[in-house]
Amino acid sequence: MITILWFAWLRERTGSAEETLMLPEAEITVAALIELLAARGGGYAAAFQNRRTVRCAVNQEFAEPEALVRAGDEVAFFPPVTGG
Amino acid sequence: MARILVSEADFDAGAEITALTAGRTDIGGIGCFIGTVRDAVPQAGAPIVAALTLEHYPAMTERAISRITAEAERRWSLLGCTVIHRVGRMLPGENIVLVLAASAHRQAALDATSFLIDWLKTKAPFWKREDLADGGSVWVEAREEDDAAAARWQTK
Repeated sequence: MITILWFAWLRERTGSAEETLMLPEAEITVAALIELLAARGGGYAAAFQNRRTVRCAVNQEFAEPEALVRAGDEVAFFPPVTGG
Repeated sequence: MARILVSEADFDAGAEITALTAGRTDIGGIGCFIGTVRDAVPQAGAPIVAALTLEHYPAMTERAISRITAEAERRWSLLGCTVIHRVGRMLPGENIVLVLAASAHRQAALDATSFLIDWLKTKAPFWKREDLADGGSVWVEAREEDDAAAARWQTK
């Protein structure tokens, strides 16, 4: 089981701020997780429509598409940051 | 060493400078950056901003800022450093962010201040949403200029 967090317009598109997911394998890449989520269609497909505008963090650290996700991890999806 | 605060409440820049320098006689200069909410996007005909909402990733924010201040402290001889970033809803004219960097000499203080705000804008998990006067709202998009500003501090 992993926890998935959504921020900013990704949260608005998926309609979810936080959810849990059972991984199909012991570990998968962030890229594979995105495929899995986008395949749900609807707001999830819309969230990942332009993947260049989506950033990811695994356990509160910025993560690249090839990073691995394992049970117990917290994965967050969000747009490029715009603070300051 | 750095003072880091993420808060809905406004800050008092003068009081923060006083706190940073209290009892110190070794500081020769303090760099200061204050980011504030503006109501007009600098393009003709763009809608007026009624309020700005700052969202963040609470579990990650302070850690990300700590990384950035630690990097500033590694690069420059800082004698004090403060980063305060507000979250929640803010009105035009209100403060968003405060960066202070104190050093024995001005160049380190000014360069560290510039570095801190450039990296805060591109490496800390905050997102701005503009609530427009016409009732709509829009998530602010990341700007290439900000990436370029952050990239100039990359070490080769």
